[in-house]
Amino acid sequence: MTSPKFLLILVTGFAATSTLAAAQAAVHVEPVNLQGPRHLEAQSQAAVIRDYLRAWNGFSAALEQNRPELLDVDFVGTAKDKLAGTIKQQSELGIHTRYQDRSHDLQILFYSPDGLSIELADKVEYDVQVIDHDKVVTTQRESARYLVVLTPAEVRWKVRVFQSVPE
Amino acid sequence: MKPRSSLLFACLGVAAIHLAFAQAERMSLPKAVEAGVGFSIQITGTGNAALYIVGPGQAIRRDVQLGQPAVFSSGSLYNAGHYLAVLAGSSFSETGSFDVIPASKPANLSFLAKPSRLPVGLHDGITGAVYVFDGYHNLIAAPTPVSFELSASSGAVQKHIVASHDGAAWTAMDSTAEQGSDKFVARVGDVSSTRVVGQVPGDPCGLKMSAKQDGKKIQLTTDPVRDCHGNAVPDGTIVTFTETYSGAQSTIDAPLKRGIAEAAMEARAGATFSVASGVVMGNQIGWAK
Repeated sequence: MTSPKFLLILVTGFAATSTLAAAQAAVHVEPVNLQGPRHLEAQSQAAVIRDYLRAWNGFSAALEQNRPELLDVDFVGTAKDKLAGTIKQQSELGIHTRYQDRSHDLQILFYSPDGLSIELADKVEYDVQVIDHDKVVTTQRESARYLVVLTPAEVRWKVRVFQSVPE
Repeated sequence: MKPRSSLLFACLGVAAIHLAFAQAERMSLPKAVEAGVGFSIQITGTGNAALYIVGPGQAIRRDVQLGQPAVFSSGSLYNAGHYLAVLAGSSFSETGSFDVIPASKPANLSFLAKPSRLPVGLHDGITGAVYVFDGYHNLIAAPTPVSFELSASSGAVQKHIVASHDGAAWTAMDSTAEQGSDKFVARVGDVSSTRVVGQVPGDPCGLKMSAKQDGKKIQLTTDPVRDCHGNAVPDGTIVTFTETYSGAQSTIDAPLKRGIAEAAMEARAGATFSVASGVVMGNQIGWAK
């Protein structure tokens, strides 16, 4: 019979060698239930969601490659500063992290009266892998509720606040 | 199911139970930690390991001795979010997760007020939106009362108290009847943010002119031009005088100077003179002399 020790090594080995397969995340958008007086046009809603989902790609690539400049396209302000700070810490520690979003359940919460910010909530499921000097330390599937504030830039919405809160 | 598969699943189950048991025995994580507040992770066992605290907001790695708590002093973990805690030894790896929640005390407000300048007397003409943050720029999602106060130079005050939802709150206020600079303040606890909103006179109201002959000309002069709240309409505002005679029209655009506008037009018997500013019509005068 196979020994438990062997199986432990087998399971650990499988986890260590598995990679996060990149696949299109499932996206579900809840009906808009806005607080605020401003009507949100369908086109604006689509643009915000499109840009937010793209931001996940930028965030993912930046934290995997420890390249803060990859945040420039999608992030601004506090969100960008915090993520750049994490990348700096990761670089100093010799670690990097792979985030792969699996599903998003989005709801627009607030469109400010001046039209200069949109807040949305995202119940997101994602895989995260922590790698220390090319050794996979862990691979986990996590779920979290993110609160995200986006503001308009020249040609797209950029993420200004990107923060998970307890569900 | 084939016996071999059954055996594999059974063994995997045993391994999973083993791992779960190991997880329960090595690392005890708090469910949530307040941003910036010190905390500790209880770790059991013997030997050495590396402890990773990793999330989008921060990354920490520490060498720890099993059997001793890993202590994180105040200010170690300050960015709110969901974190993985990974305890990795030479022969094991254990992972858990916990949340860092924003500090309960607001410390920063992001306050957007619009517009910066508007006419007096507009219902819901001024809007303000606030996002509430703690001292580490974490968005405070818990409902928080936000006070919005608009103070006119005359001392009149409008005040609305609104509870934030997911960190955001907004209000709409009427612009006051009096021109001047109003203070628009958003306040949460002892944290406030102020914007100045300029209120300018509205459109002219009750525009009226008088006529006086001056040789072959008619001198047309408005009364001091004011809005419907009695505020003087600013100099430079264009007033249009129109003379209609035998189906033909001639017009003069004159800017307000010292609150009034003047124009000299041909004095022709049977002519009609009218005055307007923007979309506001004033009185008409028929000239019969």
